[in-house]
Amino acid sequence: MSTQHEVQSKRRSNLSDPVEQLRRMFEIRYFEEEIVGLFSEGLVHGTTHTCQGQEALNIGLAATLNPDDFVACTYRSHGFALALGLTPEAALGEIMGRTTGCIGGVGGSMHLSAPELGLLPTFAIVGAGLPIAAGAALAFQTRGENRVAVAVFGDGAANIGAFHEALNLASVWKLPVIFICDNNLYGEYSRIETTTSVVDIAQRAASYSMPSEIIDGMILADVIASLKRAIDRARTGGGPTLIEAKTYRYAGHSRADLATYRPEGELESWLPRDPLLVRQNELIAAGVLTTQEVAAISDQERASIAKVIEYTRNAPFPSPDAIFKNIWTQ
Amino acid sequence: MAQVRFRQAIALALADEMRKDASVMVFGEDVAHAEGPFKTSEGLLAEFGPLRVRDTPISEMAFTGAAVGAATAGMKPVIEIMFMEFMGVALDMVVTEAAKFHYLSGGEFTVPMVIRASVGAGGGFGLQHSQTLENWLVATPGLKVVVPSDIQSAYDLTRAAIRDAGPVAVLEPRALYGDRGPLIQREDGLLEIGKARIMREGNGITVVSMGQLVAKSIEALAGIDAEIIDLSTLVPWDQECVSASIKKTGRLVIVQEAPVSGGWGHEVLSLMVSKHFAELKAAPFIISAPNAPVPYGKDLEELYIPQPAYIKEQIAHYLSTNQVPTPWWTQRGLN
Repeated sequence: MSTQHEVQSKRRSNLSDPVEQLRRMFEIRYFEEEIVGLFSEGLVHGTTHTCQGQEALNIGLAATLNPDDFVACTYRSHGFALALGLTPEAALGEIMGRTTGCIGGVGGSMHLSAPELGLLPTFAIVGAGLPIAAGAALAFQTRGENRVAVAVFGDGAANIGAFHEALNLASVWKLPVIFICDNNLYGEYSRIETTTSVVDIAQRAASYSMPSEIIDGMILADVIASLKRAIDRARTGGGPTLIEAKTYRYAGHSRADLATYRPEGELESWLPRDPLLVRQNELIAAGVLTTQEVAAISDQERASIAKVIEYTRNAPFPSPDAIFKNIWTQ
Repeated sequence: MAQVRFRQAIALALADEMRKDASVMVFGEDVAHAEGPFKTSEGLLAEFGPLRVRDTPISEMAFTGAAVGAATAGMKPVIEIMFMEFMGVALDMVVTEAAKFHYLSGGEFTVPMVIRASVGAGGGFGLQHSQTLENWLVATPGLKVVVPSDIQSAYDLTRAAIRDAGPVAVLEPRALYGDRGPLIQREDGLLEIGKARIMREGNGITVVSMGQLVAKSIEALAGIDAEIIDLSTLVPWDQECVSASIKKTGRLVIVQEAPVSGGWGHEVLSLMVSKHFAELKAAPFIISAPNAPVPYGKDLEELYIPQPAYIKEQIAHYLSTNQVPTPWWTQRGLN
C-alpha cells in the first residue's frame, strides 16, 4: 500500500499529462459542488469558500511549479490544495473537521496545509500570504537555491497594505517570487470598481518596477504559458512578477452569500468560457480525447468524490487532546 | 571580564550565533549599513555580508512577514522593530501567522524567528515611542516573550531566543542600551527562556519585576528584606519560582513599567492569589505607571515611570501597615 506521501507526490507529478490535468479540473469542480451540499447538511461547520470557475488557475499553477517551491494562498484554496497534490480525503477530512484531515481537523475549510507539497497553511487573513511568500523566496535567494515562491490572492487583497509592502520589498531585493492576483471581480460582497482605483490590478506593478501580465484565467494553456515565463524569470535572477488572472467567482463569497448583488446575466455571460468546457473542447479538437472519453472522465471523477464523501462521513472527530497539540515547537 | 554596553551585548550575541549557524540572518530598518539605530547590530554587515544582514524599507508588515516565510523555509531570521509601537502595523504577522504556523501545519512547519523590539519610557521620545506594550503579545499561545533586564540577560536571552525552535519576541528596554558593565560571553549555561531570576534573596516580601524596573527595584529595596525576582520571560512565565518565593514570604508586590490596566502584573497577581490565598499575609498589589500616555517632559516622564524612591515608599508603607498603598496619582487627587 502506498503512503500518503507517495500518493500525493504521484498526484503532483502526473500533472504533466494534459488528460490528467483535465481529470483534476473535474475533481476540483465536483469537490466544490459537493461541499455546498455538505454545508447545507450541516456537515461543514462554520464557513467555507468555494472556487468553481477558477480551476484553470489551480491546475496551471500546480503543473508549472516544482514540488520544492512554496505556495501561499488564501481561504479560497480547496482547488489549489487538490491541484498541488493533497488528496481529496485529506482536504475533505479537514473541511469536515475529522482526524483524516490534513491537520487532523483542527483547521477547517480555510486552513489546509501540505508542507511536503510546498503548500503553506492557507491564509484566512487577506493579503497575509504575500509578505510570507516573499520571505520564503528570501530564504531561497539567501541560500542560493533555485526555488521560487508564489503568492496567490484575490483582487480584494490588492487594496491591503501587505500587498504594497510585499511588492516593494520583493522588487527591491529582486526576490524569486511570483504574485498571482486571481481577479474574480468581487472582494467579498463588493464589486471591484466600488473598492479599487484601477481596472487592472496589474497596473500597480509599474509602481514597484515589476514586470506584469494580464491573462485570461479561464484558459489553462494561457495560465501555464504565463506562469512559465514568470517562474523562469524568478529562477534566473530576474526577480518578481505580478500576474493578474481574470477569472470569475461562480459562487458567492462564502457559503452564507447567495451573491444577489451580481447583475442579472453576469454569471451566465461567463459560463460559455468555463475553464473545463474550454479545456475539454481543446483536447477533443486536438484529437487527444473523444467526447465519450471526456464524459467517462467526468463520470469517474464524480463517482470518486462520492466515495471520498462516504469515507469522510464515517471518519472520526478529533479528541480533546488535539486542542493542545503543536502549539509550542519542541 | 569584558566591559560592554547593553546594546553591544546584543550585537555580540547576534554575531556569536551567526558564526555558529549559517541560517541565522538579520534584517530590519537601518540594521545593516547604519549598524542599527541603537547600534545593536554593530559589525554584523562587515562580517556576514549583505545577504545575511539587510536593511529593509520602512515596512514592518512586509519584513515581519518575510521573516515568517524565511523561517518556514529553513532560515533563522532575527528582525528588529525599531520602536515597539511599530509592531502595531505588523501584529498580524506576529500573533496570527508566526505563532500559528506550527499548529496550522499539523506540527510540520516550524517558525524559528526572533522579533527584537525596543520598548519603554525614559528617553524623551514621546508617547508614540515610549510604551512597553508587552500586553499585545501575551495572549498568543505559540509565541514566547522575553524581556532582558541587564547586560548578561540581554546577551543570554538573545542567543537563547535564536536557538529556540519557535518564534520568540525579545523586548529590549531602550533605556538600558547605554548601560555598561561586565559580560560573560558564553556558549553554554545561558539563562533559559521560561526561567525567572532571583536577583536578591529575602524573606519579608516577594517583589516581581521586569525590564528596566528590575534595577530600580533593587535600588529601591536596599535595606529591606525583600526577595527580588526578575521575571525575565513573560510567556511562559515561571510560576514555580514566584510560587516558591511567596510560600516563603507571604507577600507579593509587582513592579511594572506599563500602565496598570491590562498589564502583565494582573496575570501574575491573579494566578498567585488564586493559588496562595490562604498563605498570604496581606493583599498583593501592583506598582505601575498610571493609565495615561507617556508624557514628554523630563520631569513628568520621570514621575510617570515608577522610580526607586516611589517604589521604596510604597513598599515601606505596605510592610508597616499591611495595607495596599494608594498610587501617587490618587494621593494627589489626580485620578
